[in-house]
Amino acid sequence: MTRHTLSVLVENKSGVLARVSALFSRRGFNIESLAVGPTENPDLSRMTIVADAEAQPLEQITKQLNKLIEVIKIVELDTAAVQRELLLVKVRAPLADRAQVLQTAELFRARVIDVNTDTVTLEATGTPDKLQALLAVLAPLGIKEMAQSGTVALGRGPRSMSGAGTLRPVERSA
Amino acid sequence: MSTTSSTGRTAAALPSSAAGPAAGPAPGAGPAPATAVAPSEAAAQATLGVETTARSMAEAAAEPVTGITGAQSLVRSLEAVGVEVVFGIPGGAILPAYDPLFDSALRHVLVRHEQGAGHAATGYAQATGRVGVCMATSGPGATNLVTPLADAYMDSVPVVAITGQVPSAAIGTDAFQEADIRGITMPITKHNFLVTDPDEIPQRIAEAFHLAGTGRPGPVLVDISKDALQATTDFSWPPRLDLPGYKPTTRPHGKQVREAAALIAAARQPVLYVGGGVLKAGAAEELAELAELTGAPVVTTLMARGAFPDSHRQNLGMPGMHGNVTAVTALQKADLLVALGARFDDRVTGELSSFAPHAAVVHADIDPAEIGKNRKADVPIVGDAKATIVELVSALRAEHEAGRTPDLDAWWTQLDDWRTRYPLGYDWPEDGMLSPQYVIERLGAIAGPDAIYASGVGQHQMWAAQFISYEKPGTWLNSGGLGTMGYAVPAAMGAKYGMPGTTVWAIDGDGCFQMTNQELATCAIEGIPIKVAVINNGNLGMVRQWQTLFYEGRYSNTHLNTHGGKEGTARQVRIPDFVTLAEALGCVGLRCESKDDVDAVIEKAMAINDAPVVIDFIVGSDAQVWPMVAAGKSNDEILAARDVRPVFGEGQV
Repeated sequence: MTRHTLSVLVENKSGVLARVSALFSRRGFNIESLAVGPTENPDLSRMTIVADAEAQPLEQITKQLNKLIEVIKIVELDTAAVQRELLLVKVRAPLADRAQVLQTAELFRARVIDVNTDTVTLEATGTPDKLQALLAVLAPLGIKEMAQSGTVALGRGPRSMSGAGTLRPVERSA
Repeated sequence: MSTTSSTGRTAAALPSSAAGPAAGPAPGAGPAPATAVAPSEAAAQATLGVETTARSMAEAAAEPVTGITGAQSLVRSLEAVGVEVVFGIPGGAILPAYDPLFDSALRHVLVRHEQGAGHAATGYAQATGRVGVCMATSGPGATNLVTPLADAYMDSVPVVAITGQVPSAAIGTDAFQEADIRGITMPITKHNFLVTDPDEIPQRIAEAFHLAGTGRPGPVLVDISKDALQATTDFSWPPRLDLPGYKPTTRPHGKQVREAAALIAAARQPVLYVGGGVLKAGAAEELAELAELTGAPVVTTLMARGAFPDSHRQNLGMPGMHGNVTAVTALQKADLLVALGARFDDRVTGELSSFAPHAAVVHADIDPAEIGKNRKADVPIVGDAKATIVELVSALRAEHEAGRTPDLDAWWTQLDDWRTRYPLGYDWPEDGMLSPQYVIERLGAIAGPDAIYASGVGQHQMWAAQFISYEKPGTWLNSGGLGTMGYAVPAAMGAKYGMPGTTVWAIDGDGCFQMTNQELATCAIEGIPIKVAVINNGNLGMVRQWQTLFYEGRYSNTHLNTHGGKEGTARQVRIPDFVTLAEALGCVGLRCESKDDVDAVIEKAMAINDAPVVIDFIVGSDAQVWPMVAAGKSNDEILAARDVRPVFGEGQV
């Protein structure tokens, strides 16, 4: 299996997320992460979908996604694209361990966003790999709770998915 | 023995208004001779009348109006979009829409179950090529549409379903008769809408019809909250369509077409693998031209029967699980498949990995997602089947002019040899009972190629696909993809409504018939005189066949008692008795139990044009559908008949 990141522009209407997620589930496609948010155009939302698929099923995924009436455009982002996830993690940090937690945070450029006598909550952004590494270091200290976003991503360079100099969409035709 | 009754005849009141859509050659004009199969000219006139009516209705409806209700706006929108008939049942949430419908020139056929409304809309669409419309209330009304919508989705039939929804303030509160029908139907519709703002109604209706009827057709559901139907709004037509993500590709890519033509010109064992998309595109004439230009054999799938005349020498018939030996084997031995509007369904391919192993594939379909879904295409072509075939013809002419014309003589010698050795056939039941295949064969011969045949699902469906000769598009309606038992009667009703001058036969099984026969009441009351041949073998026949073949004859729950009770049981009454059931539903009920009566009873039914007719054909229980490729097996393992493995003479190919 290989990871593919799809950036999908969809109409900003109710039910679109349900359509997309239901499509993945009923067609048996593996979804690793899905993030939705607004775009510079209030009529459009962007979904960033990370899917685990071989080339052949990926083609089916994009074709089936394209069939959804509210899907406007799909671009598969290459590995050079900027990909980020957001991690919030509450770590056990009694005085004895606190320095180590803070040092780890600094190493990973995580920010402390909440502190109390027993725990420290960190905020970190980065690629999925970096956040995995951070979690691996924090795990022995005791992770009390965590929340992680799906991947959001943008292609590098001056081009965009809408407007002038647009990125080439995944072919609608075969 | 045949028994007749006319007690249940109705006046068959067809719309008397000249504007009524069925005002063409009235099928209810009294008993006509058996030969009075509506000439296609009359059918054409009827269709013409309908369209004229729809247009004038549309013009009147298109006047802008202010201060009307959402319900009025809905009915005006339906008129403006050219709808002639809605099949439906009212109920609480949709009730506001039924009030303006009362005054509309638009006809509403009050069905007895929403499933009937959905299949009627499908049958109407399949027979006429127009968008079929059904209507239901919220909750159970809407959920009863789920099966026909799934059916229409699988078979790409253009249908618009309008459902009432609970008032918008109550949505999400588990209100009385609330069901999230938009959520429920997301995976079985091409698209669907929830409308809570009355101002949106004309636009959503226009969009729904546009989506249903263009590109790869399919069902679209519009769910409208009761308060939106009751609120005041303005109406203007045409509305702006706002579908930025919907751009179906209809023009094929020239380069791909030329590549396909080059492959066709070079192939020695080509097969045109024709699917339902050719019928949807109205491309039967173009297909005939392509077929004759290539000289290649044609196979027509279950969804494409009638796309190419069965009487044509090049038509090998139906491929697939119950296809004939020649059609199935031609695909297996082909060096080139030209798939036109077909989707490599598992019932056609059998075990995918061994399907047509030597063939290069040209795959033309309007839905890009079908291409490469099951079988890799060497030359993919996305486009409308009609446009694609037209361009293929001209590209192929260019190949021929350049001197590249294939010699298919050896291929035809081989195909004709298979055709001679393995024709479709059947045995008469050993117990002396009537052969179901014979009944269907005679029905096709007597009703002829101008009639429309709608079938249920199972053995009778396969026999109807095999033993009736289809010559024209839109004459064979069935549930191919979903396999919906109960499709036949309501679909025949919808087809007859749309084609009032044409004889419409439902060929049904005793199992299927018991699922939706309530619509015969609708047919009787609304003046829709369909004819039903119940191929009554007393069992769920196809399941029984599998039990015979794969479960050592352990007939678990397939006996239906429509021949009387199981052997050895005291109660030998037929339950139900289809003749008296038909009469109770306002139809003429006939029965036939012997070979000698078959023609006479069919002719009798053909002569009755003022009421629906049901013939209960009591046939043998053990007749089987052959040939057969067992589920999951390779097409190479086709059996021509039980334990009869064809010899293909591998060396010859």
